[in-house]
Amino acid sequence: MPIGFTEIQETIRMVEMEHLDIRTVTMGISLRDCADHDFDKLKDNVYQKVTSCAKDLTATANQVAQEYGVPIINKRIAISPAAELLGHATKKQAIELAMTLDKAAQSLGVDFIGGFSALVHKGISKGDHVLLEALPEALSQTERVCASISVATTRTGINMDAVAQLGHIIQQTANLTKDNNSIGCAKLVVFCNPVEDNPFMAGAFHGAGEGETVLSVGVSGPGVVLHALKRYPDADLGEVADVIKNTAFKITRAGELIGRVVAERLQVPFGIMDLSLAPTNALNDSVAEILEEIGLERVGTHGTIAALALMNDAVKKGGAMASSYVGGLSGAFIPVSEDNGMIRAIEDGALNLSKLEAMTCVCSVGLDMIALEGTASPATLAAIIADEAAIGMINKKTTAVRIIPVIGKKAGETVEFGGLLGRAPIIGVNPFHSDKLIQRGGRIPAPLQSLIN
Amino acid sequence: MQKRAVVSVVGKDQVGIISKVTTVLSDNKMNILDISQTILQDFFTMIMIIDIKDTTNLKHLQEQFKPVENELGLKISIQLEDVFQAMHRV
Repeated sequence: MPIGFTEIQETIRMVEMEHLDIRTVTMGISLRDCADHDFDKLKDNVYQKVTSCAKDLTATANQVAQEYGVPIINKRIAISPAAELLGHATKKQAIELAMTLDKAAQSLGVDFIGGFSALVHKGISKGDHVLLEALPEALSQTERVCASISVATTRTGINMDAVAQLGHIIQQTANLTKDNNSIGCAKLVVFCNPVEDNPFMAGAFHGAGEGETVLSVGVSGPGVVLHALKRYPDADLGEVADVIKNTAFKITRAGELIGRVVAERLQVPFGIMDLSLAPTNALNDSVAEILEEIGLERVGTHGTIAALALMNDAVKKGGAMASSYVGGLSGAFIPVSEDNGMIRAIEDGALNLSKLEAMTCVCSVGLDMIALEGTASPATLAAIIADEAAIGMINKKTTAVRIIPVIGKKAGETVEFGGLLGRAPIIGVNPFHSDKLIQRGGRIPAPLQSLIN
Repeated sequence: MQKRAVVSVVGKDQVGIISKVTTVLSDNKMNILDISQTILQDFFTMIMIIDIKDTTNLKHLQEQFKPVENELGLKISIQLEDVFQAMHRV
């Protein structure tokens, strides 16, 4: 059946006016074969492998974007967790590896390379230990390297020793980058139940179950969903879900087509399609504004969780019908600094840290791009991570924490991160401490519902 | 082999839009398979399905449209038809 005039117009409007875009094409690359006793050789292997596997990534993605008229905003790389290569390394060498990755990303013209990662949800191996030790300096001395640490899963429980250590790591990273609004912390994600095929940064890494190389696609489009909803101001909530679902379906179909073309041209297997409503600071490209369109005066007020649950589920349903290989995080991201509606809600006193935590129970990830007062102690930061990990562990979902204690800033002030990362009002933390919980250390056992096999 | 693309032209209505756009296509020996247009409050929208033959022609064609875009103050975009099929047909 030929495509109708209005359908063509709809697609053009989505791209031109409603910010429909392919947010990222992310190439996953396994670096396991780069291991070598000689660390200089290892770094060289890593550099060669990354730059040769992804040498055409940017050019091909740009070409395909032009042909289909749908912009591909970011081209990124996810590597297998770097800790796997660091078993014999020193802290200094681990930092050198991060710099090698940074250089590779720079030479390829990709803005982020993810996977300076360790999976420590049960225990910390030698390589993991080295990576954790090196993290603050690695994050502050590189520009494009993103790190993620898995500290908990539903099947293993929460590694509270790692959580405690991450409280210190986040604070050190904040200190080392304090001249730049503690921006180093924006490149570190702490996960519970991480997914192995997430194309979105900062949490992307190439998981253990993946092949040699893979291409995954992250599509976004809060603006498209918002505009679609605006056309139905009087629809009941079932119809609202339907509108979101239909829109998600169309966006995902476009993303999958383009992702497959890029993968085919690069001769890399197509991995997954991740439809996540990821806001940007562009006008109307906000997840918060979708929730407000559904019927909240400000996001964060009573009813926010219900609206978010409806939206997140509808996005997943639309995406799942549109692609055979939906993966990654698929749902809605609620980063604060990247979403004008979230920023406004915090400034107006409608949204606070506790409500954000509650929202993470029903959205796709967790506490994301939240600026905290710089005086937050390592134990408090660790306790925030522990809370979020517990939500993920019990609810069998991915949760993550990407918090930025901004050194020198107090609650109520605003911090400008610039570029994609936006700006954020500083949120105060609870004045009562959680030191003893964190000092106890050990592991929080896996919850009963995971013992199903 | 036929490779279809959608050319969309948006801008203020004026004399000669269709003529100038289609001249570029005929100069490049590209066949128009379907054409439709509307004018809404002085706003001209034309959509054509063309046979681009090979995707390598796309960039060249986009460049050839640039002078027409500038001269008439139009926005002309060309996209492969597959993306519309993917979004609107199951």
